[in-house]
Amino acid sequence: MFSIIDIVATILMVGGLFFMITGAIGLLRLPDFYTRLHATGKCDTLGEVLLILGCMVYQGWSFVSVKLFFLMFFIFMANPVGTHAIMKAAYYTGLKPWKKGEPRM
Amino acid sequence: MAGNRRSTGNSKPGMLAMFVLMFVFWVLMSACIKPGHYDYIRIAIGIFCAAVVTLISHDLLLADSETMNLLKTWRLLLYIPWELWQIVLANFDVAYRVLHPKMPIEPCIIEFDTSLRSNFALTTLANSITLTPGTITIDVEPERGRFLVHSIAQKPADALLVDKTMQHKVAHVYMEE
Repeated sequence: MFSIIDIVATILMVGGLFFMITGAIGLLRLPDFYTRLHATGKCDTLGEVLLILGCMVYQGWSFVSVKLFFLMFFIFMANPVGTHAIMKAAYYTGLKPWKKGEPRM
Repeated sequence: MAGNRRSTGNSKPGMLAMFVLMFVFWVLMSACIKPGHYDYIRIAIGIFCAAVVTLISHDLLLADSETMNLLKTWRLLLYIPWELWQIVLANFDVAYRVLHPKMPIEPCIIEFDTSLRSNFALTTLANSITLTPGTITIDVEPERGRFLVHSIAQKPADALLVDKTMQHKVAHVYMEE
């Protein structure tokens, strides 16, 4: 049958998948560039980290887990920086943010 | 690199420490349990890679390191779990807004000043803002500690403008209150 490790890993991965799917839905549903970045920038970070954590729990204590940990660490550092860089570029090239009540872009 | 900026990255002990760090990292990344995995040629490749990375990026990774001390590092370690919890809350917040049939969003752009000045503190706060509920940093003015932030609704904007919990926590970590 299933061991506790399998169950914990599955829960983490399902949580990760939920956030990744939410990010994708947000990308499709939200009205403009800036709000879409909110969905992808945040949901992808936690989604990926939860998926990797699930893999780490499943793999157990080994070198593969160490590599996965570093992967997680770099995603945590890089994702907000990337989101911020895209946001800044859009803002200074003059893309107007969507205001409540306007039609979708 | 910029000539006028003071950098510790050019010091020999700093470069040696970074080389050792890079080599340990390479060993971790290439690790394998099989016996006889590390022969001379592999070790040589590892040393070569670590040396190249150290030469190329030492003044990027080691610059400004003199401003960190033990107390700040300890406070930063205490700050990180709180930040992780905020990230989880942020994701549920975004998930709620995205999946709600009416999409309760009301985007706005806000501006506020902080007492932070050092690069580490500004970067930490900017990244924290981007990762937490409904807000993304657009730009930072280091001279005045001014932040330009895009917010997805009024409530997360108020958390930064009125409560200022995050600013105080980061200021406490870097002792720049």
